[in-house]
Amino acid sequence: MISYIIRRILYMIPTLIIISMVSFFIIQLPPGDYLTTKIAQLEAQDELVNRDLIDALREEYGLDKPLYVQYAKWMWNVLQGDFGYSWEWNKPVVDVIGEQILLTAVVSLASLLLVYLIAIPIGIYSATHQYSAGDHALTFLGFLGLTTPNFLLAIVLLYAGYAFFDKSFIGLFSPEFENAPWSFAKVLDMLTHMWIPVIVISVSSVAGYIRVMRANLLDELKKQYVVTARAKGLSERRLLLKYPVRMAINPMISGLSVLLPHLVSGATITAVVLSLPTTGPMLLGALRSQDVYLSGAFILLLSTLTVISTLLSDLLLAWVDPRIRFE
Amino acid sequence: MRFLHRTTSAVPEKEKYFVAKPHELMWWKYKKHKLAVVALSVIVLMYLLAALAEPLAPYNPEVRHLRHLYAPPQGIHFWYDGSYHLWPAVCKLKFQIDPETLREIYYEDPSEFYSVRLFHRGERYRMWGLFETDIHVLGTDSGGTIFLFGTDGMGRDLLSRIIYGSRVSLSIGFIGVFMSFLLGIILGGISGYFGGVPDLIIQRIIEVLRSIPSIPLWMGLSAALPMTWSPLKVYFGITLILSFLGWTGTARAVRGKLLALREEDFAMAAYLAGASNARIIRKHLLPSFLSHIIVSITLHIPGMILGETALSYLGLGLRPPIISWGVLLKECQNIQDVAFHPWLLLPVLFLMFIILSFNFMGDGLRDAADPYASRVA
Repeated sequence: MISYIIRRILYMIPTLIIISMVSFFIIQLPPGDYLTTKIAQLEAQDELVNRDLIDALREEYGLDKPLYVQYAKWMWNVLQGDFGYSWEWNKPVVDVIGEQILLTAVVSLASLLLVYLIAIPIGIYSATHQYSAGDHALTFLGFLGLTTPNFLLAIVLLYAGYAFFDKSFIGLFSPEFENAPWSFAKVLDMLTHMWIPVIVISVSSVAGYIRVMRANLLDELKKQYVVTARAKGLSERRLLLKYPVRMAINPMISGLSVLLPHLVSGATITAVVLSLPTTGPMLLGALRSQDVYLSGAFILLLSTLTVISTLLSDLLLAWVDPRIRFE
Repeated sequence: MRFLHRTTSAVPEKEKYFVAKPHELMWWKYKKHKLAVVALSVIVLMYLLAALAEPLAPYNPEVRHLRHLYAPPQGIHFWYDGSYHLWPAVCKLKFQIDPETLREIYYEDPSEFYSVRLFHRGERYRMWGLFETDIHVLGTDSGGTIFLFGTDGMGRDLLSRIIYGSRVSLSIGFIGVFMSFLLGIILGGISGYFGGVPDLIIQRIIEVLRSIPSIPLWMGLSAALPMTWSPLKVYFGITLILSFLGWTGTARAVRGKLLALREEDFAMAAYLAGASNARIIRKHLLPSFLSHIIVSITLHIPGMILGETALSYLGLGLRPPIISWGVLLKECQNIQDVAFHPWLLLPVLFLMFIILSFNFMGDGLRDAADPYASRVA
């Protein structure tokens, strides 16, 4: 088991390196040297250009050096916790994104939890009551959820809230808590606001996972061991939960590595629509104003978080499914 | 004699099954999935809509009807002129200014009506850029308007814009999927058939790409498309970005199938008979898993359509003057606006229809892909 964990962690390193390269690639994409464009822009607006700061930054990121040197410098800084400087906010990137990344993680994990909490029981019900009215209804609802992309659902929900309930679903906090420091009351306030984005983000995945759970369980239910167990007189409930469900859940846990990026991705765009104080709106703003270090840091951190959680899910799978260890 | 008659009618039924070609078997199996058949016809209809946008759209999607800004959808009436008619008509749309909010409030004036005309001569257009004509399938006499889905803030007919928008929205999925299909089949093929170091490298790359949340990455890449690009260039840029992450699924499916199939007896037999690698892949392996690959890529089309919509909605994807469903939905960003003009959300319905249909079609195809899996006979 320990050697498995170590191997998985070692596997993660090249993944993280490639992710950092992709993020750096995005930083490099806008034409020209970033600082030069920025200076031109500032001068055009007759704003005072802080030459010293710019020279210091040019030196720090080695903008006059070849690409791989720039990448190495940037990476070296990142490893020390310095993600560069955000022009838009006039602050180091780290100071800007900390809370956003944390909130994104909270919202995504809550959605993940909801996906499993809803999809597994409904999947079990659908499989054990195959072709019943309930199964058909749930399948239909599931497909509807699957086909309603979360940002469209968010728009429709916003519209419904506005048009029918005269209520706004925007944001993650009540106005009085918006800029308040973290406190117990603020956390409570967040929890009362969080359920809407969480539902919006998880709906399509819930629908997909109901299908997966249903199909997996149906496959398992046909197998010999179920017949044997039933023949031996095991109670239907115990029989179901002890063997086939356990087998059917495995692919869902290993599916986490696909599910999580999907949720984070959905959380990003839903956040833009619902103006949540998570990464979405800020990433969009950073991309629009070409605040490259900020957007690069977002993409790097979001991807790294998903990779780490994927690792955790693999370990979880190894723990749940004893057969994995022999690999 | 009666007995003989009965058997002869039964045997061809069975024989038909045994001599049927694979695609016939697939079709029979597909037909059993009723929803998939409906979905297929919806998809065909939608693509026809896109192909025949010019005559089907009542108006030119760019023409502004300045006296009809944010006009609500007009109803088609059979009851007009004080009696019931067999032929429908639309009422004249008039507006007055709300004294409090200064908004234009539209209402239908039942005293002034115009018959709905089919194959009506309206604005001139060039059909597929080939010849000029002015036939519109739907229209009404001059003086009246037929805005079945209302108009947007610039007074452009929403129905026409949705119809024209389907061209971009529906084709981007196909082109994107085709590109990721090519990439996937080449890289997956190398990975699965040769194994070893190339397999390891390709698998690693796939794993990395799958672990990156797609929308932030798409956003990052498309934000970098230069603003100066022509619409056509942006279109292909976005397609490329969408397929940048899309090929991994296909590559995985190809690899998995190849790994399983190359151990089969018929592959070994071909190898022993001296067939080259390329020939074995092309002639023996590819045909037996092509159907699976087609299924897996069908299921990717909705994702691409949605990707384009999401990016355009955020303002990072396609931009006007290109019309796509995402570009149309961009008008829905201000939710107060939408509350007053809910018809602007109509493109959502089209999106949901096409995505639902692709999903059902994929479902049906998945069952039909392997017609030998469970024999009905």
